[in-house]
Amino acid sequence: MAASEPTSGAMTAKAARDRAAEYLLRRHYFRWPEALPWLIAIVCFFVFPDRMTFGSQVVIMIMFALSLDLILGYAGIVTLGHAAFFGVGAYTVALASLKLGWSEPVSGVVGAGIVAGLVGVIVGWFILRYRGLTLLMLTIAFAAMLQEAGNIRSDFTGGYDGLPGLMFDPLLGHFQYDLYGHTAYWYALAVLAVVFFFVRRVVYSPFGQALTGIRENVRRMHSIGSPVHRRLVTVYAISAGIAGMAGALFTQTNAYVTLTVFDFDASAKVMVMLILGGTGRLYGPFIGAVIYMVMEDYFSKLSPTFWQFGIGLMLVLAVLFARRGLLGLAETGWRKLSQRGAP
Amino acid sequence: MRLMKSIGVTALTLALAAGTASAATVKIGVVLPLSGANADLGHQMDKAFDLYLKLHAQDIAPHKVELVKRDEGPPTGAAAKTVGTELITNDKVNMLLGFSFSPSAIALAPVMTQAKVPMIISNAGTAWITNLSPYIVRLSFSMWHHAFPMGPYAYNKIGCKTAALAYTDFPPGKDSTDAFKTGFEKAGGKVVDSIPMGSPVQVPDFTPFFQKIKDAHPDCMYVFIPSGAHATGVMKAYGELGMRKAGIKLIGPMDLIPDNKLQDMGDAAIGTIVMGNYAVDLQNAENKKFNEEWHKAYGPDSYPDFMSAAAWDSMHAIFDTIKKVNGDATDGAKFVDAMKGWSANGPRGPVSIDAATRDIVQNENAMEVIRKPDGKLGVKVLDTTKAVHDECKVLKVGRCGS
Amino acid sequence: MPHLLTIAVSILFDGLAYAMFLFITSVGLSVTMGLMGFVNLAHGAFAMAGGYIVVSLTRSLGIDFVPSLLISAVVIAVASVPFERGLYRRLYKSTDLEQVLLTIGLAFMAIAAFTYFYGPIPKSVPLPSWLEGDINLGFRSFPSYRAFLILIGAILITILWYAFERTNIGAKIRAAVDNRRMAESVGINVDRLFTLTFALGSGLAALGGGFAIQLFGLTPYFAVLYLVLFLIVVAVGGLGSLKGTLLAALVIGIIDTGGKYMFPQAGNFFIYAITVIVLLIKPAGFYGRE
Repeated sequence: MAASEPTSGAMTAKAARDRAAEYLLRRHYFRWPEALPWLIAIVCFFVFPDRMTFGSQVVIMIMFALSLDLILGYAGIVTLGHAAFFGVGAYTVALASLKLGWSEPVSGVVGAGIVAGLVGVIVGWFILRYRGLTLLMLTIAFAAMLQEAGNIRSDFTGGYDGLPGLMFDPLLGHFQYDLYGHTAYWYALAVLAVVFFFVRRVVYSPFGQALTGIRENVRRMHSIGSPVHRRLVTVYAISAGIAGMAGALFTQTNAYVTLTVFDFDASAKVMVMLILGGTGRLYGPFIGAVIYMVMEDYFSKLSPTFWQFGIGLMLVLAVLFARRGLLGLAETGWRKLSQRGAP
Repeated sequence: MRLMKSIGVTALTLALAAGTASAATVKIGVVLPLSGANADLGHQMDKAFDLYLKLHAQDIAPHKVELVKRDEGPPTGAAAKTVGTELITNDKVNMLLGFSFSPSAIALAPVMTQAKVPMIISNAGTAWITNLSPYIVRLSFSMWHHAFPMGPYAYNKIGCKTAALAYTDFPPGKDSTDAFKTGFEKAGGKVVDSIPMGSPVQVPDFTPFFQKIKDAHPDCMYVFIPSGAHATGVMKAYGELGMRKAGIKLIGPMDLIPDNKLQDMGDAAIGTIVMGNYAVDLQNAENKKFNEEWHKAYGPDSYPDFMSAAAWDSMHAIFDTIKKVNGDATDGAKFVDAMKGWSANGPRGPVSIDAATRDIVQNENAMEVIRKPDGKLGVKVLDTTKAVHDECKVLKVGRCGS
Repeated sequence: MPHLLTIAVSILFDGLAYAMFLFITSVGLSVTMGLMGFVNLAHGAFAMAGGYIVVSLTRSLGIDFVPSLLISAVVIAVASVPFERGLYRRLYKSTDLEQVLLTIGLAFMAIAAFTYFYGPIPKSVPLPSWLEGDINLGFRSFPSYRAFLILIGAILITILWYAFERTNIGAKIRAAVDNRRMAESVGINVDRLFTLTFALGSGLAALGGGFAIQLFGLTPYFAVLYLVLFLIVVAVGGLGSLKGTLLAALVIGIIDTGGKYMFPQAGNFFIYAITVIVLLIKPAGFYGRE
């Protein structure tokens, strides 16, 4: 767009329409700042080679937050039970390895994603008819029920002591899991990259646009004949699948899983991460997860009580002053800066 | 005369040289829950570590011990794994120490083997943990230490012919009640009911569980709950339902009456009989000194408990082993070997490390809650079983046999 | 094996006591969520704070347990007003998500603050001797504390019912829950009503927190540990409905107690199962409005 284009009153209706269409058509092009997070991730490996165990956990959290962003940020579904799908994926991989002897890692992650996605379809079909507090409680209840069921069958799941000593084949038949977490880091990053580009595609597709419509004005969407429920279930299933894949990676990189993967705390934590970074944006999860995990790591060494207070305070401030998260703040700042130059 | 003097000077110089030449700093990574809902558990051990270090630093001169502390986090295992691994790879510690929660130790076991670094456990009680890696040494206890001997003791000495079991529904609870049941039934007793009592995270309303037991009229009820808020809840429910009056004795491992909560439990606790390795009132010279030093350092209202005692003994074992290896803690396997067979007198009484299992061998005391002459609640030791091993590994039950 | 009747009596009594605790602590949440449409996840923190005030009053100032409960309820009710006026008011028109996040943030801050001042070790309160024993009715004896809880619960229910159904204020509240705009247009000062109900709800939460000390022990984490439970009572009962909250509390209290008595291996499964079943059939809860 040329800087000298006239604004508001001088624009004809056609010009406005064209501009909107052009925006929609060009949205999915890759912009150069998008390479930044990936470059940073690669650089981190060389700058912090001794923190890669931590690094792989951060990458897993980014993936989990990304899955939540799909439904919370883009489709507007408020859930505090997303750990359910993380847990389903985590246990699928663990049990497949223990009971079926299936320890090939990549197929394990894919399989876990499919299982979690199927669970997401079934659950979503039932609960996505509701909204508000009802939906929130249903999501919480489902995750809690899975945890309780897991405890009832602790002979199967290992209960809160979990399933230790899980063995997974070397990655691509060649790369062993090492003490420094190097293999784990590249592995998780690669999976994240594949998943991310898939999500990006979905978000910029007509389907993604429909999701935004549902989030903004569901009644309008119904009235134009959009199959709202079907769309919601689809995105919920995709989100569940991705969360499941994050869970599978978690089990593989830790070689251990316990019932605590279903904790309410885990669902709440990933939501906080997403809010920090900014919902409804593709890179919000990156920023939110990294900042949260790094700060938690730093502050819990300093003073754990202050960490908790600090997180609470950050949430309150975020809601009052930075409703669109850090990315939103950054965007507003950027816009203000670039507007300074315009006439 | 001059010759003697020069021999003396030479000897002194050589001695000094020998002393300073091998002065080492042994770095220990301490992993404890320092934040969150379980912080009070971590603090009990943290205080003991610090106190021992302060009082005994000169024992290993010229060597030094440096503690690097990290937060174990919640009992998910994942946080501990990251923290423990980084202590080894980044901070280059010579060993890991601490571990309140079994999942933390379980998660790190393969790492210890891979890195060849010792793990000294001061609390985590799941019996088969020591089997997970040859680098794990435990100074605290296994659920079976307290629970198994309580079986025959309850049958023979307390008069429990029938017993009901009640436990928080997670692995330590099942372990403990399984161990008691094995010992109890072996001695001739009969278990009439076994009731899981909800998750370890929330303290439940114990009333429905205890009411059911009350209705079944066993002679005794053996209860396992995680030490902490649950313990107080159990005692209150027991008292409210008048179970002692109804003729049902309360027994269990010492987790039932944590020293720092005993005072709050009131009259309901009097008459409870537990089996444990430590109590503040234990009468031995080491414990008397231990309590004195504790109060001097932390005030008259702060009390050590079994976790503090185990932490204290862990440091003692580490210090003795450092002396044995002349300060060279860089070879993990050698360090663990040197620790095998260690024995000493601690606040718990005589303790030692079983060379075959690397687990603790200690006395187990049957203790009854009484009101002391000064008005406070305390315990009286009724009986002591000496040198108790982890029976789970002796009998090779389940995972203990692997 | 005890007589079936004895079991039923046990379950009913224990369940009723548990239900009273749930009702007292959750009713405030239900009314404020129904009236103001505001999701207040810091409600548990008010209950926790109330509990700690009772601990301080009884242990440090030597005041008896029952007066401490009342004082604590009043203190928290008054203390909640600046929160409502200063903070919550700004978010009445915000999305659910933002309200959830703000109040969770407040809850975290509260937990950290109370951990700092009181420490993480669980606290208990000294009870007067008449609350420590039990009442023997011949065929069974009932713990006095729980009997007292049931009594207080019954008294509160009566007072609240009377206040809601028979007084002017009650009518105004019900009107505002039904249709805020209409209520405003007939001259009801809805703002003041909000503050009043919020204070009342928080005070009741504090009362519930005070009672909870003896039942569950008190740590700063009480604020979030039992929050899900309160939300379940509110969602199942229906927002803004006194009757609904009571019914939900009774159903959940009794079924949970019965479940723990008869199928303890299932843990908390029953509570969540009830939640799911009720919400799938009646998404607005027993007496909520669609």
